Amino acid sequence: MYSALWRVLPGPRWLKVIEAVVLGIVILSLCVDWVFPWVAENFIQSESTVGQ
Amino acid sequence: MPSRRALRRKRRVARLREIGSDVLITLGVIVLFFYLWYVWLGDIDAGAQQASAATSLSDSWEISAAVVIEFDRESGTSQGAGRSPNPPVVQLVQQGKSFATMIVPRFGKHFERTIEESVDLKTVLNDYTAGVGHYSSSSALGALGNFALAAHRGTFGASFGQIDQLRIGDRIYIETKEGWYVYRFRNMEFVYSSELTVLNDVPRLSIVAKERILTMTTCHPKGTISERFIAYSVFESFVPRERGAPSEVAGDR
Repeated sequence: MYSALWRVLPGPRWLKVIEAVVLGIVILSLCVDWVFPWVAENFIQSESTVGQ
Repeated sequence: MPSRRALRRKRRVARLREIGSDVLITLGVIVLFFYLWYVWLGDIDAGAQQASAATSLSDSWEISAAVVIEFDRESGTSQGAGRSPNPPVVQLVQQGKSFATMIVPRFGKHFERTIEESVDLKTVLNDYTAGVGHYSSSSALGALGNFALAAHRGTFGASFGQIDQLRIGDRIYIETKEGWYVYRFRNMEFVYSSELTVLNDVPRLSIVAKERILTMTTCHPKGTISERFIAYSVFESFVPRERGAPSEVAGDR
């Protein structure tokens, strides 16, 4: 998977490194902004009220 | 000497194996990040958003109050003197609407949260601009009886994350457009989640209320759902906005 991705990324090696880092940051921020809150809300029980 | 076909098959198996291990490693890293976010980074992020939302809400009250004071000066009417024993009663607002903020100096210098009506998880307690909810079935703010609030102890900003740090006598401020309701922390207890009597006008008893109680509920043990942590505070005084913010609240917040 990662070797194929490395081959697909255009440009010389230094550009590939930058592209890979940017891609990683984008995926991580998508996780933090959308995926993680959704998982926490729907799959982990957290109750702080009485009588519910 | 293996045939060309066998070689090609071997290569395909190796590639599948590589993809499989890459996927598993990626999933492992994501799960690790999720855990870090869940117990630590997410609270810092959400807590900061909730605090700044609450601060800008109380700042907006500050501005409108300044206008009122100026108007009063011109007309020559005197300001209400001293701390009032009978605070104004805040009318119940619509579900999910904000009506006050909460300031707890013990929870940190910049701790402030918006209080919204209802304790609905999705719209209030999990919300990145609120965090603290008011039990609609409990008393209104300022009325005799029990003003009861709920918030998360961990995750989604962890508004009551430091509830176990409260010491007897600690001040808790509920700020509205009118001013500050000052409560003093009295005691805590641990109950099961079915213990609705903590929301009674006099918590745990069925008698007529003669004072104003602030009840905070959150989960216990932290991060689990088996019990509830309950913290009670007693109303001490009301500071009208025109008298200026109490010293613990004023400053660089």
